[in-house]
Amino acid sequence: MMWLADNAWVAVALPALFALLVALVGRADRLVAPLLGIGSAASVLLSGIAVLLTVAEGRTPAAATIRWLPSEEGILAIGWSADGLVGSMLVVVGFVSLMVMVYSAGYMAADEGRVRYYALLSLFLAAMSLVVVSDGLLGLFIGWELMGVCSYLLIGHWTIKPAAAAAAKKAFLVTRVGDVGLLAGIVLLWSHAGALDYESLAAVIDTLSPDILTTVALLLAVGAIGKSAQFPLHIWLPDAMEGPTPVSALIHAATMVAAGVFLIARTWPIYELAPLATYVLLGIGVATALGAALVACVQTDIKRVLAFSTISQLGFMFAALGAGYWGVAMFHLVTHAAFKSLLFLAAGSVIHSSGTQDLRKMGGLRKGMQFTFEAWTFGALALAGIFPTSGFFSKDKILYIVTSENLPAGALLFLTTAITAYYVARVTVLVFFGPRNSRKKPHETGLAMSIPPLILAIPAVGLGYLAKPSIELMAAEYVGFDLPVALIATGVALLGVAIGVFLHRSGPSADIAFERRLGGVWGWIQAGYRLDSVVQKSVSRPSLGLARAAYRHIDRDLVDRAVIGVGSTANFLGERLRRLQNGDTQWYISMGFIGLIVLYSLSVSWDRIHVWLTGGG
Amino acid sequence: MVPLLSMIVFLPLVGAIVTALMPRTMPTVPRVVALGFSVATLALATWALAIFDVDGGYQFVERFPWVPQVGIEYHLAVDGISMPIIALSALLTVLAILVSWKIDHRPAFYFTMIQLLAVGMTGVFAALDFVLFYLFWELVLVPMYFLIAIWGGARREYAAIKFFLYTLAGSVFMLVGIIALYITQGSFNIAELTALAANPDTALSYNLQFWIFAAFFLGFAVKVPVFPLHTWLPDAHVEAPTAGSVLLAGILLKMGTYGFIRISLPIMPEAAASQFWMWTLGILATVSIVYGAAVAFAQTDMKKLVAYSSVSHMGFVMLGIASGTQEGLDGAVFVMVAHGLITGMMFMLVGMVYERTHTRVISEINGLSSQTPIAGGLLAFASIASLGLPGLAGFPGELLTLLGAWRSDLWPGLVIISALGVLLAAAYMLWMVQRTVMGEAKGVVAKIRDLTAFEIATLAPLVVLIVALGVFWSLLLRYVTPAVQTVLSGMGV
Repeated sequence: MMWLADNAWVAVALPALFALLVALVGRADRLVAPLLGIGSAASVLLSGIAVLLTVAEGRTPAAATIRWLPSEEGILAIGWSADGLVGSMLVVVGFVSLMVMVYSAGYMAADEGRVRYYALLSLFLAAMSLVVVSDGLLGLFIGWELMGVCSYLLIGHWTIKPAAAAAAKKAFLVTRVGDVGLLAGIVLLWSHAGALDYESLAAVIDTLSPDILTTVALLLAVGAIGKSAQFPLHIWLPDAMEGPTPVSALIHAATMVAAGVFLIARTWPIYELAPLATYVLLGIGVATALGAALVACVQTDIKRVLAFSTISQLGFMFAALGAGYWGVAMFHLVTHAAFKSLLFLAAGSVIHSSGTQDLRKMGGLRKGMQFTFEAWTFGALALAGIFPTSGFFSKDKILYIVTSENLPAGALLFLTTAITAYYVARVTVLVFFGPRNSRKKPHETGLAMSIPPLILAIPAVGLGYLAKPSIELMAAEYVGFDLPVALIATGVALLGVAIGVFLHRSGPSADIAFERRLGGVWGWIQAGYRLDSVVQKSVSRPSLGLARAAYRHIDRDLVDRAVIGVGSTANFLGERLRRLQNGDTQWYISMGFIGLIVLYSLSVSWDRIHVWLTGGG
Repeated sequence: MVPLLSMIVFLPLVGAIVTALMPRTMPTVPRVVALGFSVATLALATWALAIFDVDGGYQFVERFPWVPQVGIEYHLAVDGISMPIIALSALLTVLAILVSWKIDHRPAFYFTMIQLLAVGMTGVFAALDFVLFYLFWELVLVPMYFLIAIWGGARREYAAIKFFLYTLAGSVFMLVGIIALYITQGSFNIAELTALAANPDTALSYNLQFWIFAAFFLGFAVKVPVFPLHTWLPDAHVEAPTAGSVLLAGILLKMGTYGFIRISLPIMPEAAASQFWMWTLGILATVSIVYGAAVAFAQTDMKKLVAYSSVSHMGFVMLGIASGTQEGLDGAVFVMVAHGLITGMMFMLVGMVYERTHTRVISEINGLSSQTPIAGGLLAFASIASLGLPGLAGFPGELLTLLGAWRSDLWPGLVIISALGVLLAAAYMLWMVQRTVMGEAKGVVAKIRDLTAFEIATLAPLVVLIVALGVFWSLLLRYVTPAVQTVLSGMGV
């Protein structure tokens, strides 16, 4: 165990090795690929536990650096280090992925691309671990991009589906907009601090000017916003649901999307000195939380509800970061990972059993899917923030710190809490209660798929009681329980649940009534405020048009014609010269000498012009 | 002492002569002969790479008077910049011969041309005498012209002549520069000229440096190619046979950027550091990056898309050169090698798909991954490498050029705009992957077969190197960094 804690790189190396093994021998037997996948998840989990145990003993796990560039003194080095934050993140990633790997053994059992699927999931784990255990921003960036590409390939897992291919590309491109910001931030930081590893950065950070720090903080935040699907770069996440549901649970709910929050937590010393950047985080977090929660209320696809809910919950984490408490944000990350992956896995079972993702065609699934229903209920209560589940505790802390930091922002988050409770109730009622709207008889989907949600229910409910030790293990500032906030939050959440249950008790008819009354506004919210088509109209289409115009007009018309023009002039001159000289060699030499004379005369007599040209250089 | 460099450079010439003498009645022999000679050359180049002393400056020196009356010498030597590129060109020559295995139209002539091309390609990077350098430089034109004009596509003659005239026009300016240097400094020796430039007593006047830099700039910029001198490239690529495209993108383009690093920077250091040239190179680099990527986005032909992506990637090399910093030049050489591997692989794959579907039109190819999972997977791999995914060879060079440019006196805005090129690269590459690799196999793709073991074996070395260089940057940088340090210290940086 000690050895594992001191060698955190194992959390990267083992999943990478398992990924390779899956690719090589995954076809040997049906069980090989899932077992190897479980092995990579277990190795990440064990690493995380080892690190946490070591930190709990009061010892810092060992770190080391490998230099990549021989010359410069370790400027671009990559290495690993571990602390409570790293350990917690590894445990989250390891635990959720373990559940997802087990679940996938059932969910993907009949899929043709299983081997590729498990290989990519293991590679994703290696990349995520690299983000987590890297001792600096270079390693983090490498893992960050690798995660992006794994996510791209997994969203597009069903390559035959055009929607999946389009969603995969969109996810990669939109997050890459963020990555360009992150890269720029890294370059800027390196050019001023001369290092990229957290330890050296912490040592020199006080010497940097506030402007630089603010710019760096904002640029890193752009990367975080892209990865964590915050406004306005959130548009990729709902589409990413085209991937297999276990992938949505692991990558697009519990782990990769949380990497943005992790990035900011890991580089917190910068944000501490950049108050403007934390205000921006707060603003974006609150706006995203509220905006996405509203959209989640009117979705008809169960996975899209959960996707917008994820965006909204990540908004809560950003708000916590903005309020200055990264430990609280990380704690909500941990509880959210548990209950949201639970909800996704349960939703996967529901989809598997009912054959549809459309809420309006479900209903009455409680009977026949008892386990799934029970697990879902725990997850839903946690998402709604009802006492005594984990979501109640982590959200309570966020509401408290945001309200004390900025009252209007806090008020908006309370409103979001009510809306969250409402849409959770709506989905739960539409799926599990009321009359059955599908002809298929609901049924459980086998042990591999029903057990993981039930196991996840344990942390989803119980993690709240570990708030103090887990935040303190991360060496972050702890925020105690605040009774008034808790009472108000519980009140609004219960109100939300009550409205949700009341309105939707008789099935999807309430939606239809709403839609009729609200008309265009309904459609506008349902389409995520039509941000997609705004982007389509303002970015995608014009860039393609510009590219085509550049090709047609600049490349073909302008440059090529000019060249052909020069060419025919030269040809004409060449013909003339050829009459004077005979043979190409002499033409060359004469050209050379003419050129030489021109060069000399230029360098001697054009002094002034060139002083002007070079600005006196 | 074994004349190792001469053997690497001229073994393909022996091969070319032997191949040319093959009787027409044995059409399958030339390829075997060519493969034998190219593998032997590759073995020698690998050996040289292995025994190369990374801190030893110029090595494997061979220096004899050639035309002593005017001081022309036969002078070959390599440093940590040229050594990896020579190894790369030996490797790509072998692969180019393998992808041409089925050529049945005048095979003897074809394989003679490929090997002749190899002579010029390796010679340019090994020559330290300007006359020799120029000979190799021009030698490259001829076989490439024939490769395009005889084995090319429908518009092959137009493309071949355009290629020839463009680069010839460039080399005329380079010749002017060479003669100017000879007349002013009295030497054709690149190493000597570098030493003279480094000494303030013997350095050229700034004015003269400025204009000689201009002459070389035109010669090299056409070859790179830098916007707006790039329009020969897409035509040449589209019409050239696969092997031609591989070598053109893999090695020929690097001659231009190598010229900047070996000649323009160290021999005209003050001009290179002047505001005017720094800005010119920096702006043209940035424009090439963004413009090449944007135009790649508009392409409907896979080969043309890859061709324009080359303009964009070579822009990164130019950005690193313009920066004049350690990181920038390290990155520039890294991109040169990585681009050779990745784009070589792209062209080979496009060629293999074309052989089966007889089309390169992106909208006519779909669902490669379901019909031909290996071809589809490798095409996706090459695309992802090309868009600069960390962990693969495309990333380190681009990162280093951006870092170097940022640290230099170039306007930071240029670096930010260039970083957008990274984004655009993802856009056009993934769009192509989405349309060709993903989806259902329909139309021309529906009946094709996946790659053969022979084809996979041809691509395998590239896959291995792309991963290896992406993970272990120092494999390449241990050669490049000390040599770049030497170049920069001579420039007084």
